[in-house]
Amino acid sequence: MKNAGPQGPLLAVRGVTLQYKTKDHLVTATYRVDFDVHRSDRFILLGPSGCGKSTLLKAVGGYMKPIEGEIRLKGDAVTRPGPDRMMVFQEFDQLLPWRTVRENVMFPLQASGRLPRRAAEEKALEYIAKVNLTPFADNFPHTLSGGMKQRVAIARGMAMEPDILLMDEPFAALDALTRRKMQDELLALWEGTRFTVLFVTHSIPEAIKIGSRILLLSPHPGQVKAELASLPSDASGADISAFEQRIHSMLFADAVEEAVVEKVHA
Amino acid sequence: MNTVSTAPVARPEIVREPVSSSAFGIVQKPLSTWERITNVGAVRKCALLVVIAVIWELYARELDNPLLFPTFSATVEAFFQGLFGGDLFTKAMTSMKVLLMGYAAGIACAAVLTIVAITSRIGTDLLELLTSMFNPLPAIALLPLALIWFGLGAGSIVFVIIHSVLWAVALNTHSGFLAVSNTLRMVGRNYGLRGLPYVARILIPAAFPSILTGLKIGWAFAWRTLIAAELVFGVSSGSGGLGWFIYENKNQLEIPNVFAGLFTVIVIGLIVENVVFRVIEARTVRKWGLQS
Repeated sequence: MKNAGPQGPLLAVRGVTLQYKTKDHLVTATYRVDFDVHRSDRFILLGPSGCGKSTLLKAVGGYMKPIEGEIRLKGDAVTRPGPDRMMVFQEFDQLLPWRTVRENVMFPLQASGRLPRRAAEEKALEYIAKVNLTPFADNFPHTLSGGMKQRVAIARGMAMEPDILLMDEPFAALDALTRRKMQDELLALWEGTRFTVLFVTHSIPEAIKIGSRILLLSPHPGQVKAELASLPSDASGADISAFEQRIHSMLFADAVEEAVVEKVHA
Repeated sequence: MNTVSTAPVARPEIVREPVSSSAFGIVQKPLSTWERITNVGAVRKCALLVVIAVIWELYARELDNPLLFPTFSATVEAFFQGLFGGDLFTKAMTSMKVLLMGYAAGIACAAVLTIVAITSRIGTDLLELLTSMFNPLPAIALLPLALIWFGLGAGSIVFVIIHSVLWAVALNTHSGFLAVSNTLRMVGRNYGLRGLPYVARILIPAAFPSILTGLKIGWAFAWRTLIAAELVFGVSSGSGGLGWFIYENKNQLEIPNVFAGLFTVIVIGLIVENVVFRVIEARTVRKWGLQS
């Protein structure tokens, strides 16, 4: 449809510096970040709190403009939010409380004028079935548990069949057991449709489990520390913990040094 | 964490099979009829109304002075007589018509003002400024001016009702809009919604609890203003409303009729609050879980 062909990157982030204003400070969230996301990547932005990973995701979502550099999706510069980049947020209140599960999934399909009502309903039910929520299609969000709400949000994002699905720590507010289940479900969904996803997390095990490619960001302001290929899904436990250790030492090397320095001074 | 190797006291591990639920006395059982009846808010409120009516009746009989305080039964009698034999019904209708015109116009003005306020910063300033200026101003204080501008017709009453509805509704709606969570706003923009569709499909439903509160307050203010305005300047264009009915009957010392007029205002208020607004609430904010 658009240019940039199958071999070019789907999403190109080039030298992006992001700043935002708080009440009395101008904060630089990321500094000259580069990365490419290709079709069917499960691309993870990983870093400690304050590394600007969520801000970066918001910029890809079109909610803020980089002061330097550019973000291109299929070759076109990203200027404002749009349904070609569906977001899944961390918060449970991202579903519209005045619509049922089915209507929530249908709404973006209709609001963006992509599908007429009947086709939207069919598609919505198809994706609700994919996240195993068919019995709850006519429930209002307030009657669902946190994990179910996140599944609806994922179904809503996927039903739009966006160029890229943006997930901002979607499982962070879930309990540990539900989170593991959701991670497995997300991978199973990906096996089915091979969608492209840009996933923000601060959990190293989650990054290794979900991602096919992991971008490590350093804190204050966020800069690219490394871009690693993740392990295959059948990697052994020892490999996983070694990889975890490697990422951990890369992310927190400075922090450890600082702590050591502090100790010496103390 | 990993250094804790042994528990301080050695204990055997415990593994149990849950008992089958048929062994319990009660797992789930319907509530008794009495419990279910008392769970209905309308029933409890009706009971309260009966108690109030009985107290009124007893006190008025004790006082035995129909000129000062007629009994409940005399008021109800005067009410039904006025309704079916007299002109109470037409007066109430006249009042309702003016009231609804003013209420609708007030809401329309509030909608325009809040949409302007939500879409621009200067609009927000304008709304805040106007509200702080005019909200404390009693509508009745504007009546003399309204009479000069719009004459002795319904126009001037509609004007003061708009004034009393507008600020309450605009203030509540605007604070409702401001309270819409940032996540929902981002979701709406993610769908590509902007401008009026964004306001109509995201902000208004999300702020509906506050909007409803504003509508209720506006409705009460509208009534007060209407009755007061009718009391002050009486007949508008030949046929007066409820306020005029009350005023006229006071002059003729028909005190049960005065009470019947007040009673009508109360009954209409009860119906609107407990039927109209309640149905709207049940179909919207309660169903959506925005309000318990």
